[in-house]
Amino acid sequence: MPTIVVEVMPKAELLDPQGKAIAGALSRTSRGDFQVRQGKRFELTVPGDELTQELLDQIREIAGEVLSNSVIEDVVGIHVLGHETPAGL
Amino acid sequence: MAKIGVITFPGSLDERDAQRAIRLAGAEPVALWHGEHDLKGVDALVLPGGFSYGDYLRCGAISALSPIMTEVVAAANAGLPVLGICNGFQMLVEAHLLPGGLIRNDHGAFIRRDQALTVENTDTAWTNEFAKGAEIVIPLKNGEGGYIADAETLERLEGEGRVVFRYKGVNPNGSANDIAGIANERGNVVGLMPHPEHAVEPGFGPNTRERMRSGVDGLKFFTSAIQALQAV
Repeated sequence: MPTIVVEVMPKAELLDPQGKAIAGALSRTSRGDFQVRQGKRFELTVPGDELTQELLDQIREIAGEVLSNSVIEDVVGIHVLGHETPAGL
Repeated sequence: MAKIGVITFPGSLDERDAQRAIRLAGAEPVALWHGEHDLKGVDALVLPGGFSYGDYLRCGAISALSPIMTEVVAAANAGLPVLGICNGFQMLVEAHLLPGGLIRNDHGAFIRRDQALTVENTDTAWTNEFAKGAEIVIPLKNGEGGYIADAETLERLEGEGRVVFRYKGVNPNGSANDIAGIANERGNVVGLMPHPEHAVEPGFGPNTRERMRSGVDGLKFFTSAIQALQAV
């Protein structure tokens, strides 16, 4: 059963308070001064063995319309688990 | 008597306060359930505050896909007055009934305070009983209340007078242009982060200069809706 990974990040131009809080903690504990941004990773496991183009199109639509909100987030990656290259999209 | 529906979603918190506010304003509250496709013939709708689905995915995002939202979107587009409060505002944005989005407060913390607002648009179904420019105080309580939209959307909202409420004195969450609430083009759909339903009865509202907990500025939201329905 193939698994599709969808990655979503807050838009670069928006303030990311979660990333900022993490960066503050890293700095406070002398682990280094980094810029940190926090996003989301979704794994959608597909029933059956075959990954059709139709299914990939459907997942791309889900990524854009449900898993992310285009006002505040960007879908930054869609790929098959184990294959870091984009899934034929 | 006007019937105003209040939809309960899994994780709604303030639906009973909203029902009580509707009753105090002089209308009949009707409890509605997210899993049904029935608005029970109500004349107006309130989407209440809370943390539906534990704010999973994004605040309001899963509720925006509820069965009843099909009917809510159709009714809103047909002109039914709809008020979204806090989590309800987040649902209206996720359902694309209102533009923009709501993100985590810029200071990263949950905030609860009695918040001063300016009423900037008194032509909506939920604000027609206010004086334009009136200052009101109602409670604010959320973790993700920062209103954002792209520059073009903000310009359109400002140009069309669709910023209904603006934070006054302090911007509590980093909202663009101090925006606390907005309306759709027609003015029947209004969403805001602060909670009018918690400021409707003396003894239970925000403090005022005259007396502790005597603030009832939220009541006019609901009497406005009744007024709008009578005017039709």
